[in-house]
Amino acid sequence: MTLALALEQLLNGLQLGVMLFLMAAGLTLIFGVMGLINLAHGSLYMVGAFACAAVAAATGSFWIGLVASLIAAAAAGALVELLVIRRLYDRDHLDQVLATFALILIFSEGTRWLFGSFPLYLDIPPILGGAVMLPGGLQYPVYRLAIIAAGALVAFGLYVLISRTRLGMRIRAGESDREMIGALGVDIRTLYTVVFALGAALAGLAGAMVGALQSVQVGMGEPVLILAFVVIVIGGIGSIKGALFGALLVGVTDTMGRFLLPQLLALFVPPAQAGMIGGAAASMLIYIVMALILAVKPRGLFPAAHA
Amino acid sequence: MLLDVEKIEAFYGASQALFGVDLSLNEGEAVALMGRNGMGKTTTIRAICNLTPPRAGAVKLGGVDTKGKPPHQVAKLGIGLVPEGRRCFPNLTVHENLVAAARPGEWTLARVNELFPRLAERHAQMARSLSGGEQQMLAIGRALMTNPRLLILDEATEGLAPVIRQDIWKAIRKLKAEGLSILVVDKTLSELLPVADRCTILENGRSVWQGTPGELTADLQDRYLGV
Repeated sequence: MTLALALEQLLNGLQLGVMLFLMAAGLTLIFGVMGLINLAHGSLYMVGAFACAAVAAATGSFWIGLVASLIAAAAAGALVELLVIRRLYDRDHLDQVLATFALILIFSEGTRWLFGSFPLYLDIPPILGGAVMLPGGLQYPVYRLAIIAAGALVAFGLYVLISRTRLGMRIRAGESDREMIGALGVDIRTLYTVVFALGAALAGLAGAMVGALQSVQVGMGEPVLILAFVVIVIGGIGSIKGALFGALLVGVTDTMGRFLLPQLLALFVPPAQAGMIGGAAASMLIYIVMALILAVKPRGLFPAAHA
Repeated sequence: MLLDVEKIEAFYGASQALFGVDLSLNEGEAVALMGRNGMGKTTTIRAICNLTPPRAGAVKLGGVDTKGKPPHQVAKLGIGLVPEGRRCFPNLTVHENLVAAARPGEWTLARVNELFPRLAERHAQMARSLSGGEQQMLAIGRALMTNPRLLILDEATEGLAPVIRQDIWKAIRKLKAEGLSILVVDKTLSELLPVADRCTILENGRSVWQGTPGELTADLQDRYLGV
């Protein structure tokens, strides 16, 4: 194991973490402000990826595709909020889970109907193609570094939005006392739609960026959704800061676990078995980490102010 | 007439809490809403704000019927609510509490800070770290920042130390002197009556007596308000 290889895996972990953060930020905002469990968040990720791939293929520009993914995901989010989600706020979590699960099926079949069952492919934009030399002599793709940078930028932007703007104040006020912010004259229904569309846009952005690394296909959102739920539970539901720390922790733990555990086990058992056991143990690792964190801090690392 | 409440009835789920409350308030007037615990004072206020929309009767604010309007639209008709229990946003700073829902008008941050200098001193502090009296000042300041035509104070001095109570009453008298219309609920008659122009008493979810503080004799107090 060389230092360069470890660094590469660490960066891969960060990149996964940043992508998870984009998903988890929306999920945790929506749960924190509206108290809604949105299983269809992964579908908005898929919408972003498909919009980016389709528009990039039609126009030849990844960047136009990226803008399209933001618009499409935000629009899909706003539409779903107005038509479906709005009726779910006052209901219990079981109804919300059922309805948003139905949305997953609708989005998946709708996408299959529009684009067919074959995956789409999205090329990395030329300006972000190629690799850079990392210390230790390893080549690392520029595009993955760009994802990390974009995620950091979005995290900073969200921080400014939530902590410095009036919209952010209202979002936080809504987290602690929805009825009161309404009684003071703030239209919470519009606020909810805006928050939902914002969360959707972040998921769409994540989908679009990852679309250039993986194939863009129906069902791509659900594995990410599960990880994003792990992230917000670890971070503390409703907390953006928690989502950031949780996402980076899960991203790095998962990636480094897959890399290190087989090597560690190889010291004790034959290499073939070490690979198998290590791989299996690595896929459990984030859940073990979650269990340990919840054992010590049952409400996550950064419990939200209310509840 | 600024506020006109006619025979409203309100329910919490299946159980009826208001059985016909009448209440009126003229521009510039301070009206005390009185009654023992559980007689419907807070529910009346919730019904006026459409937080618990009345199922019967009518609430008119400045002549506009509030029926079917969501709470934020009722608030924009000119109600500034200082709710029971203060309900400051604990995870926002004092400054953020004041500006988050503010609407333009003559009440500005500078004027609220002048009314409650303590809020200016604590502007960067989280609301959760304030004392009860400071939270009450913040709740009043927050309502004033929406530039209401009618300020509704629900138990604004409850649980506060005597010195702080006097500060709050001083502020309320000052607001009244400036011509703000006020609907006020409070348990301490000796402090409430000097401020009120008129009183409405509720019993079992009905308005049972209306009059001036002068007409509220010891007998009436004993009959409707005594423990």
